[in-house]
Order: sequence, then structure tokens, then C-alpha cells
Amino acid sequence: MAKLDAPRIVTSRMGFDDAHALPRYLATGGYTALRTALSMPPADVAAEVDAASLLGRGGAGFPAGRKWSMLRKSDLAYLVVNGDESEPATFKDRMLMERDPHQLVEGIVIAAWALQVTAAFLYVRGEFALGLERVQTAVNDAYAHGALGRDILGSGFSLDLVVHPGAGAYICGDETGLLESLEGKRGFPRIKPPYFPAVMGLYGEPTVVNNVETLSNLPWIVTNGGRAFAALGQGRSTGTRLFALAGRVRRPAVYELEMVHNTFRDLIYDPALGGGTTDDVAVKAFIPGGVSSPWFGPELLDVPLGQDEVAEHGSMLGSGSVVVFGPQDCPVRAAWRITKFFQRESCGQCTPCREGAGWLERILRRLEGGGGRHEDLDLLLDVCDNIAPGLGWPAQQTTICPLGPSIPSSIVSAIAMFKDEFLAHVDLGRCPNG
Amino acid sequence: MTRHLRQEFRQRAEELVALYPHARSATVPLCHLAQEQDGYLCEAAIEEIAALTGTTPAEVRGTASFYDLLHLEPVGRYVVGVCTNIACLLAGGLELLDHASRALGVPVGGTTADGTFTLEECECLGDCDAAPCVQVNSRFVRTTTPAALDALVAELRSGGSPEIPPFGTLSRVRRTVGLAVPAGQVAAERTRVRLETAASGGASG
Repeated sequence: MAKLDAPRIVTSRMGFDDAHALPRYLATGGYTALRTALSMPPADVAAEVDAASLLGRGGAGFPAGRKWSMLRKSDLAYLVVNGDESEPATFKDRMLMERDPHQLVEGIVIAAWALQVTAAFLYVRGEFALGLERVQTAVNDAYAHGALGRDILGSGFSLDLVVHPGAGAYICGDETGLLESLEGKRGFPRIKPPYFPAVMGLYGEPTVVNNVETLSNLPWIVTNGGRAFAALGQGRSTGTRLFALAGRVRRPAVYELEMVHNTFRDLIYDPALGGGTTDDVAVKAFIPGGVSSPWFGPELLDVPLGQDEVAEHGSMLGSGSVVVFGPQDCPVRAAWRITKFFQRESCGQCTPCREGAGWLERILRRLEGGGGRHEDLDLLLDVCDNIAPGLGWPAQQTTICPLGPSIPSSIVSAIAMFKDEFLAHVDLGRCPNG
Repeated sequence: MTRHLRQEFRQRAEELVALYPHARSATVPLCHLAQEQDGYLCEAAIEEIAALTGTTPAEVRGTASFYDLLHLEPVGRYVVGVCTNIACLLAGGLELLDHASRALGVPVGGTTADGTFTLEECECLGDCDAAPCVQVNSRFVRTTTPAALDALVAELRSGGSPEIPPFGTLSRVRRTVGLAVPAGQVAAERTRVRLETAASGGASG
């Protein structure tokens, strides 16, 4: 049974058509958390986030409080907010930016106060024209309301927030790729070490990069306390999380769910959530956490929606996007299209990713079109092994950023789960799924 | 150097540059601005952006050519993007893209002879609950069927839609704050704010 009694932490205003407008935001408790935060010493605000054990909601799941603690000793710093959501089938940050932008702005100001940062940049994916307009309107209105700019709400604290448009490049979702892009360059992820932008970030200065959903949690955490947040969920996975459900389901949408206490089955089948599969088809397989994550079969539908719980089964909760495949869906075609995505979005710096993605895409296209050979399966796995040696999970790194080693996930999963369908493509000379 | 950006755009360009501690950060926003004026990034615009950001035209071109939304060649007044990534693939995205290609009479990546439409195959645009997803000029249009797409194309052909500005216009909402001081002084103002806050930041724990 789905557990749906948790508070709505980041989606409380989604029932209002005008939730993006300042009057509605103020009428529903908006900017009161900021007033509370500004009355607390910055370190106490950071302590609440620590107590919440808030894991970053971008995909990597790094504890936000620990990211912050790396910065607190520095003097000059930037806060950069990652709104470049582009992981396929992930559409939660877009919702937060379009439909509750003030909640995000309030979260940003709270984070800036805790970090004592006075300059922040919000990097919004270029394809989100409406999101850019809603966020810029919210920023304009927040300045006018005194919640941004000089002397915020009479506290003496000042913060300037610049909305920065991206221009279409998945790789800019990687935090160092994003920083390069924000500096006016190609979005090439940076060579590590240094591992963290807290050491060398924007313009070489200490920088914290946080995801849109991560920061949208802060007003609630400040109002209700970090402990209340940590009381939700279980283990390392505290609070609620947004899950973007897509594919063969009746009600594809973004759902906010308490972590761990719900399963993939709840998400897909509960009448208040996914409502079951389209035409009641059986679940053939599903992607548990964005196209970078290895697939799950129907035997894993009862895995809880928690970071460690999914990791135990060799995948990741990643960006919180779940895609359901039905019996009619061709795994070769799905793996091909996902690989084509990575091939198009590879920034081209590292050979395994740049070359490997192209080879894999061509082999999969050949297989899908019925022109493949039996040896192609071993060839695919061999190329994958060159990108992520051992083909285990988490993937071994051969490249500067995780994009390359994410490519094998769908291919290795598809072959492991549906080898007979790959071979049928070869033997029939066409797709057996029609 | 003669200026390519018209007065209104030039002023906005200077305001954008002033928003950043380093002018080069304004490169992508300025590329969007030039596309808003011209529909694409022409050589003269690239030279002016280089001058505004303290870089070279080659550096601007190098940055611009990396990004899908920045075009170094003219594109149609309406850039129609059909997503065929995983969620849309399952919902018939490839078939919808094929239909769009036939309906517009251009191959994927092509522009109609009258310069009205360019057709693109897109990566996931994040509208997966209304798959297959179509955007026109970065606006979600939710035309998930061939018939709905045809109707939108007809509407755009005969005068356009108030919801969809010509290609190049990204955000129609301007930053109205922090620019009370003339562009150019904004950076100085920002530095002053930062110093004042640092000086009064005794509460820092």
C-alpha cells in the first residue's frame, strides 16, 4: 500500500493555477521562512539543513549539508543553482520553476544567507522559455517585495540573483560543465581534482552548486525544522522526493512521495499515483532513475523508493524519473534511442565516450533494423567494457564526467534481460515486436 | 566598428554584460539576444558579441556552435522540435516526426523554402506526461497527434499565434531590477553590495 500521508513539502501550491504569482505565494505562507531564517545565525540555518540530511536532488544524491560545509570557511563565494534539467524523462525541476518559482527564490535566499554568499546565479535550461519567464518574473517581484537585492527584509543582508539562460546541452547539467557554460564557454566538464566547486568553482572561486528541487525544500525545512524533515523517509533517504513517471502508465506526471515508504509498484499502480499501466499491460521492465540508470525487471517492482534500497539492486534512484515499458516495447529500439541521445550529447573531450557512443549507436541501429549479426552482442558489450570496465554498478570511470560511463547502463541491461529479442532481430531480419 | 545590434538591443546587451563579474559570462545570453534581433547568429553579431565580452569572434563561434539552440545559419521563423527520446519514442515520437517532415515538406534539419519552418528532432524536452512532445520556438505546444500538429502548422502559416514569438525570442520578461543605475555602473554597484555585506557580516558563524 502506498503511504500518502506525508506533508507536501515542495508541491503544496500545485493546486493553484496562479501559484507562480507573488500574491498567491504570500497568501500561502510565502517568504515567512526567509524571515525566520534571517533571524537565525547563518550557521544555525546550515545546521537545520544538516539535521534534515537532505540529499541533493539532481541525480548524484550528495548530501547538501556536506557540500555546504566545504564552503563555510571561505570568504568569497558564489551560489549557483542548477536548473538545467535534461535527463530524459525527468520533468520535476521544470514544474518547480514554472509553477512555484518563488518557493525556489526563497530557497535560494535562505541558502545564500546560510552560506553568507551575496551573488547567486540560477542557470535555467534554454528550452524552458516559460520557466525562464516565470523565474525572471518571480525574481523581479521578489526584488520589489524586498526579498532579494539590498537589505533583504530589513536584515542588512544583500543578495543579487541573476537568471542565466542555457542554450541546449545536456552536459551542462554536470556541475563543472555548467560552470564552464556560465563562464561563457563550451560546457566541457572540468578535469578532477579538484573534485568540488567548493574548492575551485565559478571564475576559480569557491562555489556551491545546488539543484532546483534541493533548494525548493529549504523554506519547509526552515519552518518545520530539519528534524521534522529527517523524520520522513528512512535511513539515508530522508524527506520526500519528486518522481517523474512516464511511459506505459495511465497517469504520467510528477508525484511527491515520502522516500523509502513507497515502492515502484505503489508509484505505478496506486490509483492516486500512476493508476496502473496503459490498457493494463504487464510491466516488461522499467527504468528506475533516469536513462543513466540500469533497468529493473518486474520482479523488482517492490523495491522501495530510496537511494540505498535501489542501489542494493544494482541501479540508482538518480534523477527520480521512472519509465515503464510494456510487452509491445522493443528493448533494442529503446537501448538504441537512449544511446543515440548520449552520442548526440557527448561533449567530445574523452575518447571512450566520444567514439564509443557513436560505435554503439551504429551497431544498435543495425541490429534494430534487422541487419545485425550474432557477434554484435559481444561487440556491444566489448565497447561498453571499454567505456566502463567490468560493466558493474556503479560504473567505473574512464572519462572526465559520468556521461560516458552512463552509456552502457541501458545496453547492458537490455542484453542481460532480453537477449532472446536481440537474437530474434538477427534471425528474423526485422524487429519481432512489429 | 559599425554596430550591428540596433539601439534597443545594444542597450540590453550592455545591461546583460553588466550583470556578470566577468563579461565573458554574457556570451550565451548575448547570442540569444542577437538571435532575437536577427533570427540567427550572423558574422556581424558574432563580432559585436566578441567585442562586448572581451573575447574573439572565434571564441564566440566556438561557444555558440556547442549549443543546440544557437544557430550559425538562418533558420525558419518557427523552429518545430519533435522529441523522439525514450518517453516520446514509446508514444510514437518517431512517427510524429515523420509526419511533420511530410507535412512541412522538409527533411529533419531542413527549412521550408519560404523560411517559415525549420524541423528538428529533439532530445527530451521534459514534457513526458504529454508525449510525444513538440516545441515551437522553445514553447511547449502539446500537439501530440498528427491532426493537432497540422492544425498548429496551419495557424502559424496564416499569421501566427500570440503565444509563440518568432524564433530567437527566448524570455519575454526582462530583468527590471538592479538596473536603476546606468549599465556599466551595475558591476561597480554589485561589488559595493558585496563589500558592504562582507563588512557587516558579523553574524557569520
